[in-house]
Amino acid sequence: MRAPNIFRTIAFRIVLVYVVLFTFSAAAIVAFAYWNTARALNDETDQTIEAETTGLTDLYQREGLGGLTDVIIGRSVRGGQALYLLTDSDLHPIAGNLDAWPATEPVSEGFVEFDFQRGSGGEPQRYRARGRIYTLTGGFHLLVARDVHERYETERIFTTALPWSIGLMLLLGVVGGGLISRNLLARIDSINRTSREIVAGNLSRRIPVTRARDELDALAEDLNHMLDRNERLMRGMRDVTDSIAHDLRTPLNRLRNRLEGLFLQIGSESAQGREVEAAVGDTDRLIATFNALLLIAEAEAGAVREAMARVDLAHVIEGVAELYEPLAEEKGISLQIGPGRTAPIRGNVRLISQALANLVDNAIKYTPPGGRITIAAEDRPSGVALSVADTGPGIPPAERTRVLERFVRLEESRNSPGTGLGLSLVAAVARMHEARLELADNAPGLKAILIFPAETQTPARKNG
Amino acid sequence: MRILVVEDDLEAQRYLVNGLKEAGHVVDDAADGEIGLTLALSRPYDVSIIDRMLPKLDGLKLVEQIREHGNLTPVLFLSALSDVDDRVKGLKAGGDDYLTKPYAFVELLARIDALMRRRHPASVKTRLQVGDLELDLLTRTAKRGAADIDLQPREFRLLEYLMRHAGQVVTRTMLLESVWEYHFDPQTNVIDVHISRLRSKIDKGYEMPLLHTVRGAGYMIRARA
Repeated sequence: MRAPNIFRTIAFRIVLVYVVLFTFSAAAIVAFAYWNTARALNDETDQTIEAETTGLTDLYQREGLGGLTDVIIGRSVRGGQALYLLTDSDLHPIAGNLDAWPATEPVSEGFVEFDFQRGSGGEPQRYRARGRIYTLTGGFHLLVARDVHERYETERIFTTALPWSIGLMLLLGVVGGGLISRNLLARIDSINRTSREIVAGNLSRRIPVTRARDELDALAEDLNHMLDRNERLMRGMRDVTDSIAHDLRTPLNRLRNRLEGLFLQIGSESAQGREVEAAVGDTDRLIATFNALLLIAEAEAGAVREAMARVDLAHVIEGVAELYEPLAEEKGISLQIGPGRTAPIRGNVRLISQALANLVDNAIKYTPPGGRITIAAEDRPSGVALSVADTGPGIPPAERTRVLERFVRLEESRNSPGTGLGLSLVAAVARMHEARLELADNAPGLKAILIFPAETQTPARKNG
Repeated sequence: MRILVVEDDLEAQRYLVNGLKEAGHVVDDAADGEIGLTLALSRPYDVSIIDRMLPKLDGLKLVEQIREHGNLTPVLFLSALSDVDDRVKGLKAGGDDYLTKPYAFVELLARIDALMRRRHPASVKTRLQVGDLELDLLTRTAKRGAADIDLQPREFRLLEYLMRHAGQVVTRTMLLESVWEYHFDPQTNVIDVHISRLRSKIDKGYEMPLLHTVRGAGYMIRARA
């Protein structure tokens, strides 16, 4: 069987789709919230700066440069995030806590963002600020700004963290999905294992039901219920075949006993004696047909699974060929065994031998003297093929499926002995072994091929 | 020989008992498993013929219980059940042979003879002899008079089986089961061809044939004509 692959399970695929969907929705929501917050914060900063600028320009108009300078100096020493710079028309600083006019910014009205340096001695650090430039009457320039580096820092941390978070989320999701799938897979595997054991003939096996009482348990219970029914049906079938066997064999037995007793009394000298002898022969043919039918019914009901074992086809071929070789020779037919050995198969050696014997028997029956019959076994990609090829008249393609039905015999063979069940039994044995029976053209002649699944594909697995 | 017959179909039982008596055996009969068990454990028998399905005590259990008591009387199962699995079950339970109904009486007689002979095996033989035909089981060679006979391995086994049962009727089914180990009837009677091949090797050109066909039953190897 296929090795259970976690990544190919339905559970894993569902979890994966869910995780990806969830991760990206979460990322989108977080990004949107962040963008919104950042905008609100920016707006707030801008409003504060706007208000302060308005206040300072009013002050300038009321108290002139001196008053403004005092206020700016006063506010500058307070520190914090507020930044101020008042310059003359040539951008020489007059007052404020910025050392110089930001180099990158042209002197224009409106909001700007710029970098500035701060730090007494040592390494001066670069910071980010957002501010408003205002040109006062008299050519003075006023810059009111706020240090926003903290917000930018947060933004930076956030933007670097976001892909990592997404990655981590995906990883956790995949691991979680794997765990869930493995759990689910283990339970589905137990269902598979049970069904394989049942197919292999252990009808009493049932799927274990856990205490979780979830939907898989419900499924298991339903399947078990079905298996109970199946087992009852199979046993019923077996009982019916047994009772038919018993109820028909008992009177057949008496009939044969009586006729045989009568024959022993009369002897074969008289005409009556010969009639009785013929009646015994008829009874025997009746019994043979009945036995063949019963065997077919049993094979089809899968009732003989218990006697399944490892079978070496080369061994089966050798035995049957050896049994039929003198008969073939007597008819002037050469009976050959194809070369090669094959993988072992799982089956009932008695039924496979009987099926092969039937095929060889048929081949000898229909092959004219001087013909050739080849029995062979070979490994194929689809399984192990057991074939009997003859050089007889063959079977027309249109008739090939029909001859597998019970009692069907082609017109030309009506008068040869046989029950007409030979090929049906072969077909039943094939079905029982999950093998395929093919009737092909041997050009000329018939090639009957039984393709069995290789043994490794259907073992009842021992591990629990 | 003393034979126990346990069979619940009284009609079949009557034929069986009469037939066995005519063949010169002493026969006790029982119609259910319990009486069968009592008889089997209280008297010595050479062979028991036991139906597979019996009232009160099933045939399989009956044989299991007989065996548990250390009784080794050969048992022949008669069964009206289909035989693919049941033959195996019957032999596992301690049966020595298994015959599916309806059976030919000659087949039953031949099998009983074989079972009784198995019960009293002559000392382990390395050489079998019938008339002037000799079979050396160690060197796997056959001789008739002074002439060597060249036999295939299977022909050797066939002849060995016939000679071990010299003077007894051996049926085709017995040969198929013992020499080929096949438990099914081939559509064509392949055994006859094997026998005629063997016959041409051991009897051809000799005045006194050893391998005889018993009409309606099977074959027998014996020195007297």
